[in-house]
Amino acid sequence: MYSLSKSLFLALFLIFLHGTGSAAQAQDYGDMIVVGSIGDASVLIPMLASDATSHQIAGLIFNGLVKYDKDLNLVGDLAESWEVSGNGKIITFHLRKGVTWEDGRPFTSEDVLFGFNLITDPKTPTAYAGDFLEVEHAEAPDPYTFKVIYKEPFAPALSSWGNLVVLPKHLLQGKDITKAPFGRKPVGLGPFRLKRWVTQDRIELVANPGYFEGRPYLDGYVMRIIPDPATMFLELKSGGLDWMGLSPIQYDRQTNTPFFKTNFNKYNYLSFSYTYLGYNLRMPLFKDKRIRQAISYAIDKKEIIRGVLLGYGVPATGPYKPDAWFYNPNVKRYPYDPQKARELLAEAGWADRDGDGWLENDKGRRFTFTVITNQGNGLRDRTAQIIQYRLKQVGIEMKIRTLEWTAFINDFIDKRRFEAVILGWTLGQDPDIYDIWHSSKTGEKELNFIGYKNKEIDELLVKGRRTFDREERRKIYWKVQEILAEDQPYTFLYVPMSLPVIHKRFRGIKPAPAGISYNFIRWWVPKNEQKYMMP
Amino acid sequence: MLRFLFHRLIVLIPTFIGITLISFFVMHLAPGEPMGVSADFNPKMTPEMRERLKAQYGLDKPLHIQYLRWFKGLMKLDLGRSFSADRRPVWDKIKERLPVTLLINVLSLLLIIAVAVPIGVTSAVRQGGPFDQISTVIVFLFYAAPAFWVALLLMLLFGVHLGWLPISGLHSLMGYDQMGLFEKIGDWAKHLLLPVIVSALGGLAGLSRYTRSSMLEVLRQDYITTARAKGLPERTVIYRHALRNALLPLITILGLSIPGLIGGSVIFESLFAIPGVGQLMWSSVMARDYPVLMGNLVIVSILTLLGNLLADIGYALADPRIRTGRGE
Repeated sequence: MYSLSKSLFLALFLIFLHGTGSAAQAQDYGDMIVVGSIGDASVLIPMLASDATSHQIAGLIFNGLVKYDKDLNLVGDLAESWEVSGNGKIITFHLRKGVTWEDGRPFTSEDVLFGFNLITDPKTPTAYAGDFLEVEHAEAPDPYTFKVIYKEPFAPALSSWGNLVVLPKHLLQGKDITKAPFGRKPVGLGPFRLKRWVTQDRIELVANPGYFEGRPYLDGYVMRIIPDPATMFLELKSGGLDWMGLSPIQYDRQTNTPFFKTNFNKYNYLSFSYTYLGYNLRMPLFKDKRIRQAISYAIDKKEIIRGVLLGYGVPATGPYKPDAWFYNPNVKRYPYDPQKARELLAEAGWADRDGDGWLENDKGRRFTFTVITNQGNGLRDRTAQIIQYRLKQVGIEMKIRTLEWTAFINDFIDKRRFEAVILGWTLGQDPDIYDIWHSSKTGEKELNFIGYKNKEIDELLVKGRRTFDREERRKIYWKVQEILAEDQPYTFLYVPMSLPVIHKRFRGIKPAPAGISYNFIRWWVPKNEQKYMMP
Repeated sequence: MLRFLFHRLIVLIPTFIGITLISFFVMHLAPGEPMGVSADFNPKMTPEMRERLKAQYGLDKPLHIQYLRWFKGLMKLDLGRSFSADRRPVWDKIKERLPVTLLINVLSLLLIIAVAVPIGVTSAVRQGGPFDQISTVIVFLFYAAPAFWVALLLMLLFGVHLGWLPISGLHSLMGYDQMGLFEKIGDWAKHLLLPVIVSALGGLAGLSRYTRSSMLEVLRQDYITTARAKGLPERTVIYRHALRNALLPLITILGLSIPGLIGGSVIFESLFAIPGVGQLMWSSVMARDYPVLMGNLVIVSILTLLGNLLADIGYALADPRIRTGRGE
């Protein structure tokens, strides 16, 4: 369900779709995979693109210096190794030798330096410069060494050296990349090459025979752009697609036919996102922690997961997904407990004083608020309705308002004109969540829009960014999760699952914490089952 | 006739400017800004960057300056560059989608005419008869049925259960490059059959009813009685004398459907995964991509105005009373 939900960019996930697989068995080369996507790519230069489809395709054409492996450990990609020195301020990458661009020119550290200079150039319209502005100085002392010096130690730094900054200098130098044809005809060094891009129709890639990790087994990759999810599903049923993301109802109810059982495999794993109910903490109503806790007790998260996701999700306890290495399983939880909710509300001064079923405070004001969410996301809509029903049972009146996305952001979130909101965050592989929870990030257009301010959290988040040691970081972020669980600035609702379905002829798919596409170049089809012949 | 044409053309210019002016300002009233998609909720986006982007797009200038700048470009036939991440020239973006939209719309218009006119004529001739009643019910059913629903049902039937037709797209994915010309045409025809039929279904009602009522009116005229009285065969009366006159109002309708030919429909295009103009417009509205929106608007409004003009000319040619201004 790549772009189905308008989930937000916490950190664009640069999971590189290729990994190191074992090539022990005899795998066959050939065949291609046809993938369905709701939206077209916009531009295939990673630093300029901001949509999931563009990154998905560009991820097959370009590599980064580093990548995440199947267990979400940071490993070398175009960099063979690296050293962190100078108290975490200096990173030295040692690049692979013998890697060439599609046109045969060697890849060197000059290409990385070029990309770095480009992304930090004020004229480049990129949304990803933030991490790179922490760099004081970058240099390429020799063709296979790239060195960056940070102003201060910055733990998320390493992971930022993915494929955003690797571009062929010899093709782009001195050109205006926003207008260069390169964005539609990229020259890369990844496992695949662009063969054809028919706007809003399809994108065709062919295997790169000289790929430095070995040629992909599949000959080709075709992404078909089918904006309508119902059509996409019919196309899958008629054999026109090999891979698409399913909705919970399709996954659970509509794909149990003999046809699907003989032709397709279904996979599920936790997606990199979570959905939450956030409170505008500037409102007097939500200033009291007990009220937020009471609402969390009054909501049955498991019921929402059953009703909205048909069981394909897990309750969220904090801002991370449960299979991350920095996830704290021991935080305070809020099981469904309406009695406890009523008690907490009574403590905070809210009780049903006139016997009409709704809570009032001592001034006779009824407990009522409006939750807003964006239009076009049925899951959030239904979540809101279930919450509305549960809150009514403890005497809280919650109204629901859905708004068109742009108006939702500009007129309500940005102007802080909301009481509560149901939204989701996309998760990165790094635990850094400074931008969402630090008290300095409450300005206009900034992400701490609920106005959460906690000194201890502030300190921990800064410390987390300055610490490289994994154990130390784990401790820091465990503490962050404990505080957030106690404070409940959000009621963390659920982490949904990704539900892809893939044709049975593809072998070598191994679900892992990173999902399934990390070893895409090692997927293969036995000769006698191959469907498409590449000319 | 020339003076008539000249007059009409002169009037078009201020109308056109008015359209662009109003749409430009209304467009900017909508909440949000073009950077929204890449910048909203992106933690890596700094405020300085946002300002710089604004300046790059020229959005930091007052609205009237922005309009004048755009209009200057238009005078040089330059529609500017898209605000989306690809920054391509607007004309390129529209151009690559026009042929497909035009093809489907022309085919479906032809289909509508080919089916609706005979239905209208027949129901007028046998007014109140079973054909009239049944055809009326059917065309209104098509008109009332939600197109996306009909489309999905047809896809399910012909694409999944029977397997006769492809579900979506314009041509086959594999082997298309190796096909000969006729095979290619056949392949396209297969892919376009459902979209053309579905987009035509809804249009049948309007045109067939127009034809019917216009035909009914003509059939009551004296010259039809005269023709019958002369002893002409009924076929000649209907198709020679009556139909020609009855089709006059259709000229207007056809003229007005010209802008619709490039308009495209988001619903069909999304359903059948057709890369047409409709989808481009829809996504530009969502992304507040002003240059693309204005570019398309220019094309549509020019075509609307031209369509009107053509209808007038067609009318004038067909009806001397209008041409010479000497009516009753």
